[in-house]
Amino acid sequence: MLVDLPGGWNPLLGRLAWSQIPYDNPILAPLFVAVVLGGIAIVALITYYGKWGYLWKEWLTTVDHKKLGVMYIIIGLVMLFRGFVDGMMIRTQQAWAVGPDSSGVFGALHGYLTPFHYGQVYTAHGLIMILLAATPLLVGFMNIIVPIQIGARDMAYPYLNALGLWITAAGAALIMASLFIGNFAHNGWFGYAPIFEIQYSPGVGVDYWMWTLQLLALGTTLGGINLLVTIIKMRAPGMTWFRLPIFVWASLSANIIALTSFPALQVALGLVAADRYLGAHFFTAGLGGNLMLYTNLFWIWGHPEVYFVILPAFGMMSEIFPVFSEKPLFGYITMVLASFAIAGVSWLVWLHHFFTMGAGPDVNSFFSVATMLVGIPTGVKVFNWAFTMYRGRLTFTAAMLWALGALFLLLIGGLTGMMLAIPAINYMVHNSVFVIAHFHSMLLVIVYAVFGSVIFWFPKVFGFKLDEFWAKTMFWLFTGGTVLVFVPMYMLGFMGMTRRLDYVFNTNWHPYLLVMEGGIVVYTLSVFAFFVLLYVSIRDRVKNRVGADAWGTSRSLEWLTHSPVPFYNFAVTPHVNARDEAAWRRANGIAAVQPAKYVDIHMPNNTPVALYIGALTFVLGFALTWRIWWLCLASLVAIIVLMIVRSYRGDPGYIVTAAELERMEREAIARERQVDGSAGEPVVGGAPAVGRPAMAYERSDLPKTSTPPSMGPGAHH
Amino acid sequence: MSGHASNNPDPKTAVLWDTEYHGHDVISTRSLGFFMYLLSDGMLFATLFAAYGVLSYQHSYFGGPTPADFVKPWYTFSQTIALFLSVLAYGMGMTALKRRSRGGLINGLLGAFVLGALFLVLDVHDVMDLASHGITVATSGGTSAFIILTQVHAAHIFFGLLWILVMIYQVLRLGFTTDTVGRLLSLRMFWHFQAVIWVFVYIFVYLWGYMS
Repeated sequence: MLVDLPGGWNPLLGRLAWSQIPYDNPILAPLFVAVVLGGIAIVALITYYGKWGYLWKEWLTTVDHKKLGVMYIIIGLVMLFRGFVDGMMIRTQQAWAVGPDSSGVFGALHGYLTPFHYGQVYTAHGLIMILLAATPLLVGFMNIIVPIQIGARDMAYPYLNALGLWITAAGAALIMASLFIGNFAHNGWFGYAPIFEIQYSPGVGVDYWMWTLQLLALGTTLGGINLLVTIIKMRAPGMTWFRLPIFVWASLSANIIALTSFPALQVALGLVAADRYLGAHFFTAGLGGNLMLYTNLFWIWGHPEVYFVILPAFGMMSEIFPVFSEKPLFGYITMVLASFAIAGVSWLVWLHHFFTMGAGPDVNSFFSVATMLVGIPTGVKVFNWAFTMYRGRLTFTAAMLWALGALFLLLIGGLTGMMLAIPAINYMVHNSVFVIAHFHSMLLVIVYAVFGSVIFWFPKVFGFKLDEFWAKTMFWLFTGGTVLVFVPMYMLGFMGMTRRLDYVFNTNWHPYLLVMEGGIVVYTLSVFAFFVLLYVSIRDRVKNRVGADAWGTSRSLEWLTHSPVPFYNFAVTPHVNARDEAAWRRANGIAAVQPAKYVDIHMPNNTPVALYIGALTFVLGFALTWRIWWLCLASLVAIIVLMIVRSYRGDPGYIVTAAELERMEREAIARERQVDGSAGEPVVGGAPAVGRPAMAYERSDLPKTSTPPSMGPGAHH
Repeated sequence: MSGHASNNPDPKTAVLWDTEYHGHDVISTRSLGFFMYLLSDGMLFATLFAAYGVLSYQHSYFGGPTPADFVKPWYTFSQTIALFLSVLAYGMGMTALKRRSRGGLINGLLGAFVLGALFLVLDVHDVMDLASHGITVATSGGTSAFIILTQVHAAHIFFGLLWILVMIYQVLRLGFTTDTVGRLLSLRMFWHFQAVIWVFVYIFVYLWGYMS
């Protein structure tokens, strides 16, 4: 039943062979040397400073949602950089390989990339930017911010949270491995049937693409379940549904999308795997396969995924605008409804990615109208943000600038999206770079919102602000790059330039392509500005330390606890009295009121199991890619055994005693008093909470030893 | 539920910190999360059914055998009965849990395991029988969809059986703890879920295929 493979295969190494290592590639071989040297340097530095224990205890085995979120964001930023380099390579090839007279090097007839290599670059660029940059960045922020905003100690399932991170990391590792071992897919990030079938793509590239996506889909689904349950179950007392910060609502609606849409991707790719590994005929040309079935299945996930990444970005903007306008968010309820309307409509629009399929006027009209409907809730959001700023006391901090940039880009991307929703126009610009410019405008909304959020929430997580000057410099450079790259791209789209050209035949387009190359240079400068920003901010961290309320005008619950946030988030669970609790306490002069007493709290233990399982999923993905069957079986069995062992042992957690808690709180308060003086003497106050029957009947009275709790069966019923 | 400022309590008397708050109920939190996983699993099957629907036209079989040629409705009906009895046995086990009877629970789980294993054996036998007649995933688009959909369901049975074994061991060794009881409840949801999916598989894939 297994398909006949072109090329060699042996039982021990599968398809792996020396000839699969691209040591003769003039671009990859030096890169490989650089990566190895960089890796050795990092390992040497960690060893020299003796940080392995710290790394293992505090980061690799952690289940703390803030540290996991930070690691998600680091993965996202690293992969954003990799995706940016891919983008730079695409732009350079297109600026170079124009017209029959253009030169060629490194084996390429024109430019410096062969068509096969170029295809891999744009495939990797798309996949990385969507699933390994945007998604981890947003999941990272949801991880860090949502539990604090709802007054929880951690996520509902801290261990599952770590598992989601390490599976995502495994996906990132797998796509990076494809750089140096074998090759990557050349069929575009969303794939085309039947070119990804084994007859037309006999190499391992498509397999890398497929298993990377599967790992990321798995990690995101696990994370989605975790966030949904956290928001539903872990809200602090008084945090009613309509007091939730908008970012939490945005996360909720986004993760409903993730939970329901990712299975469609997993099935679509699973069926591709059946075709490639078992010789099935789901998407083959002939023998009863259906090519457009793949495209439909993929975009049934793909379009909801677009809103899965844009909704949290909208949530971030909804947090940033009010703080720097010194006003509550305008139209809170409509903002919530708009998020859910967008989430709902996201399921009804997938066909607009391929109006040219030929489904006929009725189908195209339905999806056209449904797509235009998206404009209504999105318009509501845009007007709500505008009215939030209207007559507000605006401060143009760097975070605010990024949010404003996102708003402008949303306007451009949204209006061009409305154009593309009309099938008659869509037929004209289908697969042209106009479409590329449109969705880059939309995805840059996310990038802008993410950088705004990095600046906005950085002091909450690390306790000091990022340097405003360099953050603004980076913003203006980045914006310059955006304008220079994407305005010509819109124009070229109207001129009829199609996407993914490794050779541009029309020399009239050359000036535009050169301007875009200039834009990439400006983007590169903004990357340097980001590194300078990090360097300067860390150097001046003592000067830039902040108290709990880092911006002085903050509104939601996360600004009540200390900066940096202690590992237990809140020493005593806050009781929420208002929609913008921090703003409400500040307005009433009770922001500095500390709890009257402390009680023991229960926290989850660190565990390396999530890291092990993540590493094993990488091995599994690698073994599947190279068809090393024994290793597939071994890693799968190892994963299952680890899960069973972990479930048998359980995690009793540990207790932070009230005395310990009080000591840490006093230190934090003293530190904050030095910074801003605003915290004043620790005052205690507020009415005592009304006693209620304990809800968690088992863990609050846990013994301080690490024996698993045992209890009678009747307690559950 | 409205968050209007007028509804806000007096800041002088408001409760600001809640030392009495003990957090969430562990079992109900885990059950909710597992229920959500089942929702996503349901979407997985919905997508597979959609693929089957698209690939069950006459031309999808490319002139080869169609389910009308190879489905044995009574054979598959015996699988259905085995599976439903397995779910019933699991339910009996759960009533034993309410009576705090460890032995009753183990018996229920064992019954569920044996009947589920019977289902799986019948399924594997069926697939091998089809293969011996040249009907595999590689025969045509239609048979690909038929076999993958039914075998993804069978894979759920396989992992469910594994889980039942794990729970038998855990209940014997650990007794009724928060962890084990929570897992038994999740497994109950899972075992019902796969039976519900089987109803759709049996009707829309086997019976409908047989009739068409």
